[in-house]
Amino acid sequence: MELDLKKLELRNVNDKLQNLDRKTNERDFTIVNPEGNHAICAGLDKEMSVTIKGHVGYYCAGMNKKATITIEGNVGTGVAENMMSGKVHVKGNASQSAGATAHGGLLIIDGDASSRCGISMKGADIIVKGSVGHMSGFMSQSGNLVVCGDAGEALGDSLYETNIYIKGNVKSLGADCVEKKMDKKHINKLKKFLKDAEIKNHKAESFKRYGSARKLYNFKIDNNY
Amino acid sequence: MCGIVGIYLKNEKLENSLGSLLSKMLINMGSRGPDSAGFAIYKKEEKEKFKYSLCINKLNFKDFEERINKHIEAELKINSDHVILKTSIKPDAMLAILKKNFQDVALVGFGKSIEIFKQVGDPSEVVKKFKLDGYSGSHAIGHTRMATESAITTDGSHPYSTGEDECLVHNGSLSNHNNLRRKLKKNGVNFDSENDTEVAAGYISNKLSNKKNLKETLKDSLKDLDGFYTFITGTKDGFAVLRDEIACKPAVIAETDDYVAIASEFQAMAHLPEVNNAKIFEPEPGVVYSWGN
Repeated sequence: MELDLKKLELRNVNDKLQNLDRKTNERDFTIVNPEGNHAICAGLDKEMSVTIKGHVGYYCAGMNKKATITIEGNVGTGVAENMMSGKVHVKGNASQSAGATAHGGLLIIDGDASSRCGISMKGADIIVKGSVGHMSGFMSQSGNLVVCGDAGEALGDSLYETNIYIKGNVKSLGADCVEKKMDKKHINKLKKFLKDAEIKNHKAESFKRYGSARKLYNFKIDNNY
Repeated sequence: MCGIVGIYLKNEKLENSLGSLLSKMLINMGSRGPDSAGFAIYKKEEKEKFKYSLCINKLNFKDFEERINKHIEAELKINSDHVILKTSIKPDAMLAILKKNFQDVALVGFGKSIEIFKQVGDPSEVVKKFKLDGYSGSHAIGHTRMATESAITTDGSHPYSTGEDECLVHNGSLSNHNNLRRKLKKNGVNFDSENDTEVAAGYISNKLSNKKNLKETLKDSLKDLDGFYTFITGTKDGFAVLRDEIACKPAVIAETDDYVAIASEFQAMAHLPEVNNAKIFEPEPGVVYSWGN
């Protein structure tokens, strides 16, 4: 079913997707003329497939659960923020805070993501085929962030237990973020991510893994500033 | 919050639609700034004369005209509560005349090509009031304000003049503006409001008048201005963009063969011709981007 945001109100479109009509059994949707609107496809919680043709604004696919959402364009701040499950695929670039606080699901970004990608993520998997901006993975708690390009300043600042895999250069590491050994299990896991995102031009072995040094977990009485 | 927009034309054919393109951008950004709006339009440079953009507030235009004629020879064009005054008198002398005799009138911009209009009210009302749709020119920048650091007044509205044919719009807030205002006042810079952006404008004009170029000045501001900002500075030849190094304040740039546009959010540019085929990117933090300069 095609939903035209030039003809329909954004609220009507989201309402239709959030409250599927059981009688029609329709689960495939295309949204045209998104024109940078905010919160498109926010709060979907059923299995369905939505393709958005064009650029979108903030918080697209926010809080997603079970749905598969593809954006054929760029996304604004906070794509798939607080996603619980499902899949969000951005074919263009993403603005800041992509996948912020996401608990689960898979976010794939074909282009670059700007600053704070995966900030405070809590279990989602984020795969960026391009590069990420500064403070990506900031305070991230769980899940995986895979970047095929470069990472900006202060990567993984104050992170907890997220695994960060970077293929390119890292401008600098944030507080308590360190490079870690790539074990067989990490390589296997990364291989699966690369396969899921249909990435064929990078080998899992060529990535470096970063994680928490766990020095900020407890207050150190001998800290001497 | 606040919304900022700008458009720089590479193709002269679009010059007649500059006003209508900018107007839709400003109206869209009303969601980020409902308190006041303003814009600076750059037209073909005057050869001999200077243009002074004045806000005459509640003054009667006829009375104002009579008063002006007593002091100088000038051509006046009224647009709502703003007047574009064209004269051969140079800025230093003209500023002194205005300061001495027209304290009830606000100078909002001056130069050979710039015209600035700004006023309180919903952006859609402000662009209608100044008939922005009908304006033509080579480039323009605009602002919609959600007031935070100072009151909702005309002199708290953007753009701010930073010198001859120069102006500034700002999304964000500065935290060291009081300290900086004190320092700049000592260097002879005048301020009309308590607004933080006016201090940034004063800082930029002060640097430029000390023979620093725009790029150097913006680079210096990364060091001297503490706070959050995305700036667009307009000049006679184009505009420049700078985001602070934390980059909390958004900006998106869309570039085609015909134009470069910038806005706080993509939705403000969704109506621009061929925008879906444009090169779209976010300016990186702490990097000065400029076009036409």
